[in-house]
Amino acid sequence: MTQLALVIDLNTCVGCHACVTSCKEWNTSGTAGPMVDRNPYGAEPTGTFFNRVQSFEVGEYPNTQTVHFPKSCLHCEDPPCVPVCPTGASYKRPEDGIVLVDYDKCIGCEYCAWACPYGAREIDEQQKVMKKCTLCVDRIYDENLPEAERKPACVMACPTSARIYGDIHDPDSDASRAIADSGGYQLMPEWGTEPANHYLPRRKVSITVHEEDLQRADNPLNKEDRGQRKPTTRTTLDDSTSW
Amino acid sequence: MKPAFSVIFLTTLIGAGQGLFLAYYSAEVFSILTILPASLNESSTVSAAVISLLLLVLGLAASFFHLGHPERAWRAAAMWRTSWLSREVIALPTTMGLIFVYAALKFFGIHSTAFVLGNGTPVELSTMVGLLAMLSVFALFICTAMIYSCLKFLRQWHSPLTVLNFFLMGCASGFTLAALLSTSSADGYFDYFSGMAIAFTLLALASRYASLVRNRGLRSPTTLQSAIGVHHPNIRQLAQGAMGGSFNTRAFIHTYGAAVVRLARRYFLVAAFLAPIALLVASNESAILLCALAFALQYSGLLVERWYFFIEAEHPQNVYYQMIS
Repeated sequence: MTQLALVIDLNTCVGCHACVTSCKEWNTSGTAGPMVDRNPYGAEPTGTFFNRVQSFEVGEYPNTQTVHFPKSCLHCEDPPCVPVCPTGASYKRPEDGIVLVDYDKCIGCEYCAWACPYGAREIDEQQKVMKKCTLCVDRIYDENLPEAERKPACVMACPTSARIYGDIHDPDSDASRAIADSGGYQLMPEWGTEPANHYLPRRKVSITVHEEDLQRADNPLNKEDRGQRKPTTRTTLDDSTSW
Repeated sequence: MKPAFSVIFLTTLIGAGQGLFLAYYSAEVFSILTILPASLNESSTVSAAVISLLLLVLGLAASFFHLGHPERAWRAAAMWRTSWLSREVIALPTTMGLIFVYAALKFFGIHSTAFVLGNGTPVELSTMVGLLAMLSVFALFICTAMIYSCLKFLRQWHSPLTVLNFFLMGCASGFTLAALLSTSSADGYFDYFSGMAIAFTLLALASRYASLVRNRGLRSPTTLQSAIGVHHPNIRQLAQGAMGGSFNTRAFIHTYGAAVVRLARRYFLVAAFLAPIALLVASNESAILLCALAFALQYSGLLVERWYFFIEAEHPQNVYYQMIS
């Protein structure tokens, strides 16, 4: 069984919000109608977004790191929002595991939002229905798009390739490989919702720099005495080679 | 959680309506079983059933204000296999219909006998319809409370005490209202109604207090560390992902101060439980004003109790909004 999902690499996310804006752009232009955008150029813009980036500072000054954390519907394998829906508007597609809302059936009772521990759902204040990430279901199956573009808008937009899209039930997919290789984890595992979306942890990145990498012993500038730096006294390539 | 006012009115109004029906129907059954004297006149039963029906209708009307698309409310009966909300949507009109038929049979004086008890007492058709209505009332209590109790992430609600509280508080306010009605109609059942109202109010106080104590000691297993998967004791939020707030910051996090919340808790403990008990103990068959005061205080107390019920519940998504929660 297919379970499409996103794997988000917190190690490479730079918090640029390109996924947020591309998500809003794609989904507000879709057939489901616009998403609320109140006071967009004012001091306090607010509205419906399927995806947001939060930022956290981890550690104690001066040893701190900034973690940018994109947050959207996780398409849980056991979604608590689905069984509570009284109308059946909230459902999980058996064929690809995407959790969707039927906007024509939703009565806007907000019960599913109470049932989601992640706060992934929000009511659209104009349409009065519950909305959430659709994993760009209207993009990923669109045969009018080139095959390389049949991915969620956020994945297409990410400049650092921090968002990997794929079937996490297929062990050979990029998403499954990333989870397996880089220690992918789920959010709030304590509730047993089995989120399909995974996150890749921050990893320690280090690089060893040797003196020779910074200053080449065989730097011709040094030989010709034109460099600013102190010339080396060690034997150089020029000394041992006859051209 | 942020209190949802239409839901506060829905649950308290239908609770009182269900309790009122149970009060008069239990009196009728007990008089058939000769536990109580058979002095209940039909007109007071009919008026009690009509008032009960009115409370249920008012509750139903209040619930529509909670919906974004009330015109689609009929769809909510669809998922009764999985959703307690859907079950409530079925149980509420069923209860209303059965109470309506019960009242209509009484009002039109249809006394056809369903069967005869062993001691020769005839049991009327209306009594059997009333039995179905009573079962439906119990089912409605369970459905209403399970809507909250089934949400395992909301730990303060996820307890059998929630179901017990809803039932006992509904019965307490319903029997208090029944005591008030019997002072004005003088049907001779005042002692039964007020005695039961005192008993239910005491039980409700014990059960509600137990849930207050339980909730005080609750700690959510969700932390900011498990919510974002960064296991460091020192995490500070820099940005919430929205400048002007979002549904997440508006719908789940209440902004009432600690003093208001504390005052509310004290008020409902006194107004919903202690004061009505004192007033009912002090009142008698002709004390209409005392009983009216008891019911008015108790209902106001239960409104505040239901408000507090929302305030108490802490949604795990709030950990993503450290700057305001």
